[in-house]
Amino acid sequence: MSDFIATPFGTLVITVAQALALLVPLLVAVAYLTYGERKVLAAMQMRKGPNVVGPFGLGQPFADAIKMLMKETIIPSGASRALFMMAPMITFGLAMIAWAVIPVNDGWAVADINVGILYLFAISSLGVYGVIIAGWASNSKYAFLGALRSAAQMVSYEVSMGFVIVTVLLCVGSLNLTAIVRAQEHVWFFIPLFPMFIIFFISALAETNRAPFDLPEGESELVAGFFVEYSSLSFGLFFLGEYANMILMSALTTILFLGGWYPPLSIVPFTWVPGPVWFILKICLCLFTFVWVRATFPRYRYDQLMRLGWKVFLPFSLFWLVLTAFVLKLTGWLPA
Amino acid sequence: MSSILPYVPAEEAAPLLSGEEATHTINFGPQHPAAHGVLRLILELKGEVVERADPHIGLLHRGTEKFIEYKTYIQALPYMDRLDYVSPMCMEHSFAIATERLLGIEGDVPERAKWLRTMFAELTRILNHLLNVTTYALDCGAITPALWGFEQREKLLEFYEAAGGSHYHVNYFRPGGVARDIPPETMARIGDWTRQFPAFLDDLEGLLTDNRIFKQRTVDIGVMTAEQAIAWGFSGPCLRASGCAWDLRKSQPYDMYDRVEFDVPVGVQGDCYDRYLVRMMEMRQSLRIMEQCLNAIRPGPVKIADNKITPPSRSDMKRSMESLIHHFKLYTEGYHVPEGATYTVTEAPKGEFGVYMVADGTNKPYRCKIRAPGFAHLQAIEVLSKGHMLADAVAIIGSLDIVFGEIDR
Repeated sequence: MSDFIATPFGTLVITVAQALALLVPLLVAVAYLTYGERKVLAAMQMRKGPNVVGPFGLGQPFADAIKMLMKETIIPSGASRALFMMAPMITFGLAMIAWAVIPVNDGWAVADINVGILYLFAISSLGVYGVIIAGWASNSKYAFLGALRSAAQMVSYEVSMGFVIVTVLLCVGSLNLTAIVRAQEHVWFFIPLFPMFIIFFISALAETNRAPFDLPEGESELVAGFFVEYSSLSFGLFFLGEYANMILMSALTTILFLGGWYPPLSIVPFTWVPGPVWFILKICLCLFTFVWVRATFPRYRYDQLMRLGWKVFLPFSLFWLVLTAFVLKLTGWLPA
Repeated sequence: MSSILPYVPAEEAAPLLSGEEATHTINFGPQHPAAHGVLRLILELKGEVVERADPHIGLLHRGTEKFIEYKTYIQALPYMDRLDYVSPMCMEHSFAIATERLLGIEGDVPERAKWLRTMFAELTRILNHLLNVTTYALDCGAITPALWGFEQREKLLEFYEAAGGSHYHVNYFRPGGVARDIPPETMARIGDWTRQFPAFLDDLEGLLTDNRIFKQRTVDIGVMTAEQAIAWGFSGPCLRASGCAWDLRKSQPYDMYDRVEFDVPVGVQGDCYDRYLVRMMEMRQSLRIMEQCLNAIRPGPVKIADNKITPPSRSDMKRSMESLIHHFKLYTEGYHVPEGATYTVTEAPKGEFGVYMVADGTNKPYRCKIRAPGFAHLQAIEVLSKGHMLADAVAIIGSLDIVFGEIDR
């Protein structure tokens, strides 16, 4: 068996199996995230949510998926066909490959690379291309406005997000995601770095185009924003990509601030629960907050969003970064 | 024969602008989710800043005014429901009072009918403001208020159903009173509702009034000074938000408005936020009026006794030949209204809703001109949204409370 694994073909088989073991549950999770979002929103809005398809409406995500697949794929006559079809694939593909480095448990990552966080950051920066290409290739004014908004938004929030991550890296001394979680064995980073945790979470909302920063979609202004011309599976890929990104950002929040797979306390009833379960529970908590925010807040205006990003978050995260570095150096806690 | 005028090349007729001057035009609606029905707005944008907003109307034009000229007075009344379909009874109110004035029976309407009309007019005001405030919040991106508000609207519409038999086009206020008395237990149900509604309003305000994002989206957006508002023909909450204390219920009271106590909320800034606040406060005042109505209503007839104008009871029709003739004449020929003209206004939830009716002595109105408040508000979209961003234009449309049923008529 170990001989087989050592061959190039064997490595390929193992990697594919690992990827499938991650992606299949992920896609199911995405399907049930839509269900969960609708149920939670419904509860907050004093209605029932999906409750017809299957027990408690649990079949709803699959009914929706089948409906979406049966729809006609419409390509607008003025659209740039190749780019138009490429955009959703880029968005979906990027949302999936980012998961390669996420450690679900100690050592449970498809690719446990040393520049994990940089890889994630690179992938999520590329995500904006899917949006811009979609907006441009649709040859529609609403889509184009949505794409422009999205580009501006993602760039502004990635800057302060970068500083937040650098602050965490200062405390850890490694770019490896597993190492970042291991550094939180005793105290989770959201306690010492609480303001950064808040900034990171809000930036994650902006990064995933979620309310109150859902300007690129801005239903009441831009109808559906950059994907207004999409239908059927091409729309579905955007949809899946967006929700996979939500889970990804929640996973990242969990890894950077909420102690990854570690239980809240290292005492008996908590340590009985396996690490991946804690990891998933923490992701669910983040996702619940995503939905909670959506149910509560109106949408920012484009310029207000930019002001918040550049004039509030950027100076503040920069200041906190310097402060953290200062404290670490002064106390000698700076990791080697 | 060919034309003798020279053609101008397209580039000269409409030169392409570039750089700083370049604008782009988008077609906002009529299928846009924030277009509140069938508003078609041609927006000229520079980036996201609105340079010009050109509302196009007529997509819901049904020729109501012309229809009314061919219907008897009693047949014309249901058309009023379909004007502002968000506040149907207030639409009937103007028409019913106008007809009463022409007939000279305004003083004969029984007290109970007047109290019922006052109460249902205020109930309708809450119905209208609930829809407006919550969908306005939806336009600003807040989804929850709309769903909360619609639950309350549903409860109110059940009172409509109890009174008039249907949820929307109730045809309840009639010249000479109301169509029929409300079921006895309805009063108690409305009373229960008025007691639980303030808690709902507090919840709703908790989501919006002090919400920083909502305030950022509405404060100082679409500012209208009092002079401007009067010049543009504003009325109702939009005018009061600009600081002009003008309420027809106070200035020329009709039905029982001179016998109830209520305050008129007046705004300061005249911006979108003030228009929101005025509506929220008006809902509380309407509730106050409704409570007073509930306490004041006494048993009695709900329409005038003259069976030339109001139908006789079913049981009379079965026994009395005269009643049967009255019934037949009323629903075929209708009643003849003496020559005359009236401009009758009521304070509809959206503003001054007027009916200018000319009677020529026949059973049909000679002319029925409808003055819809939304029409005047819509024309101000250009001045209100100029220089604001696209998202503000949406908030402004929401704050003006535009319903196309009454604008296009």
